[in-house]
Amino acid sequence: MKAKIYIKYKDGILDPQGKVTSNALKSIGVKGIDSLTIGKYIEIDFKNISKEEADEITNDSCKKLLVNPNTQTYTYKIIS
Amino acid sequence: MKTKIAVIVFPGSNCDHDAYYVLKEIFGVDVNFVWHKETSLQNYNAILIPGGFSYGDYLRTGAIARFSPIMDSVIRDSRKGKPIIGICNGFQILLECGLLPGALINNKEIKFLSKNVMLRVASNESIFSNKLNIDQQLKMPIAHRQGNYIADEDVIKRLIDDGRIVFKYKNNPNGSMVDIAGICNKDGNILGMMPHPERACEAILGSADGKMIFESMLANI
Repeated sequence: MKAKIYIKYKDGILDPQGKVTSNALKSIGVKGIDSLTIGKYIEIDFKNISKEEADEITNDSCKKLLVNPNTQTYTYKIIS
Repeated sequence: MKTKIAVIVFPGSNCDHDAYYVLKEIFGVDVNFVWHKETSLQNYNAILIPGGFSYGDYLRTGAIARFSPIMDSVIRDSRKGKPIIGICNGFQILLECGLLPGALINNKEIKFLSKNVMLRVASNESIFSNKLNIDQQLKMPIAHRQGNYIADEDVIKRLIDDGRIVFKYKNNPNGSMVDIAGICNKDGNILGMMPHPERACEAILGSADGKMIFESMLANI
């Protein structure tokens, strides 16, 4: 069992890394990009627990430590 | 009780010795390093959370240090009105543990900024600024990559209305909302600031303006 967690800045929060990278792609001729943000990807491995438990632990971990609700949002997937 | 100040040391703190030196040698107060695994601060009248890179800034600045055992005592003592000053990474830790509102994100231009800046005293309602005059200008260094203060609009409004924005940048170096360089809690006993007053306490180092912040704090103990 594995959790795949994606963390990104909330809309409206300045993401200079994303902006610079987006500009860089445009400057090398990549077309069609509207915007780009750079976030974080975290994987957690679980052993001997149910999908429901993994879901609860993942959500709890995000709320307690992994995500700062002032500036970030998150989504995650639990994969058996 | 004789004035005694705790300088908290996390793995990765690097302004702890500067703070210790200033408090001991410039102000002549009793000061001890307190390792973050300790659990009591009852023998101290004030707490300083120094700058640095606690836990290597892993995950987010201050995010892991905030769960160090000593932080329970910091939070407990803060409710008793004990003066607590968090400088740079110390400010980031105070935000992560919720003693102060908002967050600090990457500087607008992404770069690490290390230079002297001019601050303006925006409020003298905190115990760290009540010996200072509104609009008084202070020169001291900044040294940070994540010093760009951000908060919801209602939080900003509350900070403004309650006079809790203690210091503002004269020329905003990092993109902080309303030029915020330092804020305090509602009771005025907790200050978080990005600039380094402990590096500006002797004229030979370029400025002694930081002394006034510590003088103000010490006069309130």
